[in-house]
Amino acid sequence: MNSIKDRAALIAEAAARMNKDTFKGTQPKVTTARTELQHQSAKVVTLEDAIRKTGLKDGMTISFHHHFRGGDKVINLVVAKLAEMGFKNLHLASSSLIDVHEPLIEHIRNGVITKISTSGLRGKLANEISHGLMEEPVIFRSHGGRGSAIANGDLHIDVAFLGASSCDPMGNACGFSRSENAKSICGSLGYALPDAQYADKVVILTDDLVAYPNTPNAISERNVDYVVVVDSVGDSSKISSGAIRDTKNPRDILLAQQAAKVIINSGYFKQGFSIQTGSGGASLAAVKFIRQSMIDQGITASFALGGITAHMVKMHEEGLIERLIDVQSFDKVAAESLKNDPMHKEVSANEYASYDEPGSATHNLDIVILSALEVDVNFNVNVLVGSDGIIRGAIGGHPDTAADSALSIIVCPLLRGRIPCVVDEVTTHITPGSTVDVVVTEYGIAVNPARPELKERLAKAGLKIVDINALKDRAKSIIGEAAPLPFGDKVVGIVMNRDGSVMDVIKNITE
Amino acid sequence: MEIKNAAAGTLESGDILIQIAPATTAGLHIDLDSTVAYQFGAQIKKVITETLTGLGMDNADVKATDKGALDCTIRARATAAFVRATGKDVWAD
Repeated sequence: MNSIKDRAALIAEAAARMNKDTFKGTQPKVTTARTELQHQSAKVVTLEDAIRKTGLKDGMTISFHHHFRGGDKVINLVVAKLAEMGFKNLHLASSSLIDVHEPLIEHIRNGVITKISTSGLRGKLANEISHGLMEEPVIFRSHGGRGSAIANGDLHIDVAFLGASSCDPMGNACGFSRSENAKSICGSLGYALPDAQYADKVVILTDDLVAYPNTPNAISERNVDYVVVVDSVGDSSKISSGAIRDTKNPRDILLAQQAAKVIINSGYFKQGFSIQTGSGGASLAAVKFIRQSMIDQGITASFALGGITAHMVKMHEEGLIERLIDVQSFDKVAAESLKNDPMHKEVSANEYASYDEPGSATHNLDIVILSALEVDVNFNVNVLVGSDGIIRGAIGGHPDTAADSALSIIVCPLLRGRIPCVVDEVTTHITPGSTVDVVVTEYGIAVNPARPELKERLAKAGLKIVDINALKDRAKSIIGEAAPLPFGDKVVGIVMNRDGSVMDVIKNITE
Repeated sequence: MEIKNAAAGTLESGDILIQIAPATTAGLHIDLDSTVAYQFGAQIKKVITETLTGLGMDNADVKATDKGALDCTIRARATAAFVRATGKDVWAD
């Protein structure tokens, strides 16, 4: 005979050999209608309970994303709760920090936050830190560099607190909501995806708890430990505040037109090219000016990358850009498009710009247009520290895209008021000059000497090519000689290169 | 030289607001508030002083609120403030 009873001994023997138990029977079957279960789960708890259950301890690393930009409410809410619960010595690792995060100053003074990792700092928080608020220097990384650091363990996250515009009780979360109760929208959650994947514990905060299954989802329930319902994760109307402006400034428009001419005559403007723009007014506007040339010459782009804007979405819908690859939605139009259009793809910071991953999108990028606070005569770029020595920007994807693209174009005016943008040496080294190809100013276009073929093409097209030293001299002749900045001896910031090495340090300012 | 309160300029980026008032003590006193004070404060004061003394004003209290103006702008605003404060039209000649 060969019944299951007859095989019992063999089953036991096989189990013993595999060091496993033999099957003892199943749990009782749950017969509740699933329409009921889809609204509940043990993962849904209060913020305080979520914090307790994660096992967060003093000295640990907490992380956040900044997709709501100026409208973010999660960081201030969570850190205030952590302060109330008595936590100390926390390391706050956000994908970036902006003006709205000014309340962190008090939490730093009170010892709740003693270390910060971020892409940028702005406003009063940046000003205080530049003057030496913190004992530990702030660690600055590019978006790609942060993705790599999280993946390779340089930046280990104990607990991630990630805001999402919709989430089901299991933790499937998105930067938008398909329910009628939708309160917010930020679009891509690209900078939160490495955190969701690699953090030890992940807490989703949402202002729209929807029934399971909240698909298609950005963050998977597999990576989520707790779900917390809050009144608001962010004010979507403030997403396109901060660095992003749709310019009406005539100088920016002139710069944008010049940048468009550089692109069109660069040799890279051909069928199937790919493009990314940074967040400055002129670089965003440049896209408008290449649009007409694309129509006239019958050229379409294979993809647009990065911070996706309403301009990019419009060109995609017109058939001029085949695909959108979106690590961050720069405005509400882009966020809605990500929600509704399958050719508008959400990617993680790693898939976007990781140095370690040959397949990251920046490696497949032809052209990037970027802004700058300062460029020096060796083409090095500073996008983080103002010419007054005070931190006032963000690294963003600047060094990632400049290094990986076939053509990087920096667009900046020669002067901002009395502050020169072309200088002898940048205040802080962020993007190495060896990765910067063209600098567009209203006084002429400088081409990196390492790219003679590019210089020839642009000159042949009738563009005004100038030596970068001549631009620097021109600036100096208008503004005069600046007195040196009052830097102190304390290091308040460390700039990491995207490869994980230390690129530069930022000293405190004493006045 | 008789001086009454007068001003020229704006608080726009790239401009400077220069306000002239009768001197409370002898001499030209410049109170400067500038977004680029670290790097260009001395230069800005020098341009204002040279412009006003060049026009014959040696006693006045000057309040300058600078938003990154270039020297040519500073000279133009200082001159206009001088004309308004003294009633002496330096451009007429």
